[in-house]
Amino acid sequence: MIGIIESILTGAVRSGTPILYGTLGEILTERAGIVNLGVEGSMVTGACVAFITTAETQDPVLGVIMGALAGGLASLIHAFMVVTLRANQIASGLALMFLCLGVTSFIGRPYVGVRITGIQTLTIPGLSDIPFLGRIMFEHDVLVYLAYLSAPLMWWFLFRTRWGLYIRAVGENKLVAFAMGVRVQVLQYSVIGIGGVFSGLGGAHLSLAYTQSWVEAMTAGRGFVAVALTIFATWHPLRGVLGAVFLAQPLLSASRFRPRGSMCPPTIFICCHMC
Amino acid sequence: MNTAYLRLENITKSFPGVLANSGINLSVEKGEIHALLGENGAGKSTLMKILYGYYQQDSGSIYIEGNLVDIRTPTDAMRCGIGMVFQNFMLIPAFSVIENIALAVQKQGQMIQSQELADRIRDTAACYNLSVEPEAKVWELSIGEQQRVEILRLLFTGSRILIFDEPTSVLTPQEVEGFFEIARKLSSDGYCILFITHKLREVMALADRITVLRKGTVVNTALRQDVTESDLAYMLVGKPTIESIESDQLQEPVSQDVTLEFHDVFASGERGRSGLQGVSFTLQEREILGVAGVAGNGQTELGEVVLGLRPCSQGRIVLHGQDLTNRSTAKILEAPVAYIPEDPLQTGVAPGLSVLENMVLHKRDSQRGWRGLVMDWKEIRAKIELNVERFGLTLPNLDRPVITLSGGNIQRVVFVRELACQPRLTVAFHPTFGLDIAATKLAHELFLTSRSQGSALLLISEDLDELFALSDRIMVMHAGSVAGIVNPKTTQPFEVGLLMTGGATT
Repeated sequence: MIGIIESILTGAVRSGTPILYGTLGEILTERAGIVNLGVEGSMVTGACVAFITTAETQDPVLGVIMGALAGGLASLIHAFMVVTLRANQIASGLALMFLCLGVTSFIGRPYVGVRITGIQTLTIPGLSDIPFLGRIMFEHDVLVYLAYLSAPLMWWFLFRTRWGLYIRAVGENKLVAFAMGVRVQVLQYSVIGIGGVFSGLGGAHLSLAYTQSWVEAMTAGRGFVAVALTIFATWHPLRGVLGAVFLAQPLLSASRFRPRGSMCPPTIFICCHMC
Repeated sequence: MNTAYLRLENITKSFPGVLANSGINLSVEKGEIHALLGENGAGKSTLMKILYGYYQQDSGSIYIEGNLVDIRTPTDAMRCGIGMVFQNFMLIPAFSVIENIALAVQKQGQMIQSQELADRIRDTAACYNLSVEPEAKVWELSIGEQQRVEILRLLFTGSRILIFDEPTSVLTPQEVEGFFEIARKLSSDGYCILFITHKLREVMALADRITVLRKGTVVNTALRQDVTESDLAYMLVGKPTIESIESDQLQEPVSQDVTLEFHDVFASGERGRSGLQGVSFTLQEREILGVAGVAGNGQTELGEVVLGLRPCSQGRIVLHGQDLTNRSTAKILEAPVAYIPEDPLQTGVAPGLSVLENMVLHKRDSQRGWRGLVMDWKEIRAKIELNVERFGLTLPNLDRPVITLSGGNIQRVVFVRELACQPRLTVAFHPTFGLDIAATKLAHELFLTSRSQGSALLLISEDLDELFALSDRIMVMHAGSVAGIVNPKTTQPFEVGLLMTGGATT
């Protein structure tokens, strides 16, 4: 019985990691007053670019870096739309998602079925010997451990540093922040970009560690689950971890029964945000 | 003059269609409390926002201690030691006092040392009588406490020039006294204080020097001891610039039949406003009653209570002998009552619909154009063309969406629709605000036409010239009560100005 629980939780940690990255990125972005429904797009871009890079160079580390950058670049399109052109955030985010899904399934087509050597499991000596928790938490790849660190770091960044204060102030009231001398637009651009980097990391974990393969639209709604978890976590990074481990799996399995490549209905999440 | 700590030279700023500031000169000495006095729209706030980098002047220069400074953003202003407390406080309610202050304190390391900052806040607060709890969230604080947080924040950012935009408008009398003490203490420590106000009494109580602005220009700068309240009121209001309308219509006698009666009416106001505090008056048939007052003293609430847009908590409102207290707006409009809103695009028309469609939006028009469910557009069009002609107006194509019309034409659409029902009472909110001279003149003529057709008019306006030109009587509101009802033919504008600002009654 313990064995079953152990393997379920190990799986939950592993499959929750890409979603946790997406959630952390979205928490950061939404704290600055920007809703980015394009998380799915950044994530799939990250997955695709990371996989292609790794397949071409045999270097998963370079793959992760490129994937993260690609995710950040993709989300800068959203930044340009909503910050500079003042477009509707919901529409722009959805458009970004469709754009990325389309572009990646096009450029990724030759790589479907290609085998790569992805990121290998790195068992942490000592910590993995802890009964029960050791196997669940410390027999994963590096990106999972990085996610462990990211959540508390994000919390510290948002609530203990000056930049975090600026971000939260912009999210609460742009005019006040501007009057206090915060460069609102620069800050929003940066935050959207960094949020995209997080989504890209999530995508890279998905294609390089979790599945070690590339299929078009392989994120399969994980980006939207990340957006949903952001609200569940009430924009708090540490609660995001709980959500990613315990809720991501059930939310995703709901979409398993659908044809491959379809996503959770976006309308639900849009409704959440419009309220 | 070159010794002044802060000097503004020839500041000019225009917004589309409005010259907000025109060649303004102003100088402030170290440790001086300088009052900027003016009516709404005189350009006080614009000038201060330019100084704080919120707007940029079109021309003119700013000198601090004799050095030319270039202020483009609030950051620049803060760097020059200029800080501003806005009328609507610039605080984030969800943040604590510490966080709100940390937000403004630049270059203090990337980590926020909450504990250390809290101690410094307590020290500074004790020094200037600005007691607040640093850990408290701003939404938990009273308005007076929030203002203290704003002042603390300015002190923490190293501001030497403190700008206050109507600092007392939201405070209780006790808090006002507290604010005065803080301001005096700050000025004795060498801080320059610039405060915007339109309350004469506060100017006389607090200021060292006073600059009066009217319509974007400086009328005068004077030391407090050299002027009296009535001097200031005269400068504030000036002489009427609208030519008085000398038509036969204005000479028509007011009928003795009563149209509207207010019996000791109370109503709550918007947050921070006074609402109505026991208002009684009567309005005769064929009478134009002007309602004057500084914004936020109950004039808007008065009009809204008449129209049933705002509940009346106590008292009675009688229209033609019929008690209409707290009846629905639809019922009141059927009387018929005409409603000319302040900003027609917001509350008067549906911008995307055509002129024609907007003309028949009213429920009270439902008997005219409708046949059962189907609208007879031909008949409606004919009727409306007739009405437009009757008022001697020309309107562009009736099928154009209202949003494509000019401001003056939108106002005409509203006028035709509202006045066509031959109202017994017209309630107009700032009907000519933002209109050009020709459109204003036309509006005034329409009011007089409607008056000679038997309508009474409640004219709520901030434009004293307009009130003096049109009204049979002028009722002045102050702090939610009637400060006085005067006859414009025997009263000087500055006397009305005194009543508006809570000065001595004439």
